[in-house]
Amino acid sequence: MDSDQKGMFGADGTGDTSGYGGLVRTQELIGSTQRPYGSYFDDVADDLERAYPDFADAITRVVVDRGELTLHIKKSRLLEVAFIMRDKLTFEMCMGVSGVHYPERTGAELVALYPLLSMTKNQRVRLEVATSEIDPHIPSLVEVWAGNNWHERETFDMFGIIFDGHPGLTRILMPDDWDGHPQRKDYPLGGIAVEYKGATIPAPSDRRSYR
Amino acid sequence: MTPAFDPYASSRETTEGTVFSVTGGDWDSLVSEIGESKEERIIVNMGPQHPSTHGVLRLVLELEGETVTEVRTGIGYLHTGIEKNIEYRNWTQAVTFATRMDYLAPIFNETAYCLAVEKLLGITDDVPERASVIRVLMMELNRISSHMVALGTGALELGAMGPMFFAFRDREIILDTFEEITGLRMNMAYVRPGGVSQDLPAGMTIKLREVVKTLRKNFEDNARLLIGNTIWMKRTEGIGYLDLAGCTTLGITGPVLRSAGLPWDLRKMQPYCGYEDYEFDVITADTADVYGRFLVRMAELEQSLRIIEQAADKLDKLEGQPVMVADKKIAWPAQLALGADGLGNSLEHIREIMGSSMESLIHHFKLVTEGFRVPAGEVYAAVESPRGELAAHVVSDGGTRPYRVHFREPSFNNLQATSAMSEGGMIADIIGAVASIDPVMGGVDR
Repeated sequence: MDSDQKGMFGADGTGDTSGYGGLVRTQELIGSTQRPYGSYFDDVADDLERAYPDFADAITRVVVDRGELTLHIKKSRLLEVAFIMRDKLTFEMCMGVSGVHYPERTGAELVALYPLLSMTKNQRVRLEVATSEIDPHIPSLVEVWAGNNWHERETFDMFGIIFDGHPGLTRILMPDDWDGHPQRKDYPLGGIAVEYKGATIPAPSDRRSYR
Repeated sequence: MTPAFDPYASSRETTEGTVFSVTGGDWDSLVSEIGESKEERIIVNMGPQHPSTHGVLRLVLELEGETVTEVRTGIGYLHTGIEKNIEYRNWTQAVTFATRMDYLAPIFNETAYCLAVEKLLGITDDVPERASVIRVLMMELNRISSHMVALGTGALELGAMGPMFFAFRDREIILDTFEEITGLRMNMAYVRPGGVSQDLPAGMTIKLREVVKTLRKNFEDNARLLIGNTIWMKRTEGIGYLDLAGCTTLGITGPVLRSAGLPWDLRKMQPYCGYEDYEFDVITADTADVYGRFLVRMAELEQSLRIIEQAADKLDKLEGQPVMVADKKIAWPAQLALGADGLGNSLEHIREIMGSSMESLIHHFKLVTEGFRVPAGEVYAAVESPRGELAAHVVSDGGTRPYRVHFREPSFNNLQATSAMSEGGMIADIIGAVASIDPVMGGVDR
């Protein structure tokens, strides 16, 4: 995501005879957006600033990209912001949690995203919180939106993010005694090579990939 | 007392009390043994293999007599790692995985994913109108076939056999239509980033109007059987109650939310695929119970038929228009055609790449093996599936494969309401409550 992509065809080092080995594509992190954000996003930001005096401290970045507003929040402030989003800004529903693992973002490898929906105003906003692999703790939002219960269990199961304050944070999709968290990037997909009419087709994770 | 060994209901002592393992067969011995027990409280493990749990859903019930005091829901028996697998396939191949999540609503899975990819690519407005109309048409057909299963199996689980026969008869008509359009009855991978995989076969709109006519007449059978039926209402009225506040805090959408009286439908509120150009009503009920959800689904069938009719009219006007974006760097190169041996590349296309144009061959090869690149970023795209808000959160790192795809599955979310709907009620009413949520375990576990 933020790191540069090198080469092509998934080959590294001397294996790349394609001539594309020296190709470097720079991926830029989408930075903080400057006002005006457009659409209803300015209103949301204004309302939140008014209702929440610590706005400047708690919200590290405001990103508007592809018609969607994302508020990046310090994890220690997540619960406060969530309550205000629900009670003052009428975001009655949280549509769940989605985790993402960025192994190259040192200190903020694990990300949890909360898509919020306001049925009153017909608006959507996304909250984003990052934490490190070493200390994968994020406050639970189950007391704000009870429906987050299973979503947080799923994100714990798949990414190993520990949601502090969750009423029963156990695995939900994988077996209880499972090792590891399957959606992390360092967790292998698995699968075995298949032989068919003398030719061997490698498992999906071992196939040549195009970056 | 220790009874003689019973092969169907053997018992053993544990620290938690006596545990019976019931494997079917003679229930009398179990009933008599439980009758002798001094304790009223028993814990019943229902499922994961149970005919009325919609697949492999496990319910752990704590009972006082016949009253349910606690319900715990166990899921994960159908987890297939679709989200992880998608990360190892290119952007187009992912459709084939997504379609298999909620197997009763494949078109919705595909559309949610494709809308997200199109948003990432910034080509939402470039998708041809004919493709959008076909998507709407397919989604509404799919909504009917999905509601048919919800109504049919829901009624069957409450002991009514007839409605299931009618529902599956009508669903079959729709699956045949799907087969005619896409070549497959389920899991079609028909909707692709940029459009749909192929145009409708010739004369399809005439057939669609006949299908609508047949279905409209057929739906009366179930309506006459169930609406106002005393037995049906006794099993469904006031059962599985969940009011608007409960729905909101649990993030419930779809017919369950609308049965609590809120006309929230993404097709109206946040239109996609041109839904703003169709006339239809959002159906609500005010009872917030199983009967209300049944009425909502029954009435939604007619609204879907109305949309299909309007889509057929639009398709007649858009005859001959493209069904895939013009950008050849994204559009799948092959023109698919239905041959004697099934769906495959059209002969014309093969003639072009093999016989006349080297560039076409290179292009075909690059797109099929390598795929296209999607600019880095992340989006969230939601559609109104038969079960509520189905959304795809898609992250791209600028490569040829998705970096992360997460599906916000309405079944997964709504199944959380089982406890709220069932606790304090009778054990027999759990079945009705779960059926009214209409969970599809393929979608729940992904």
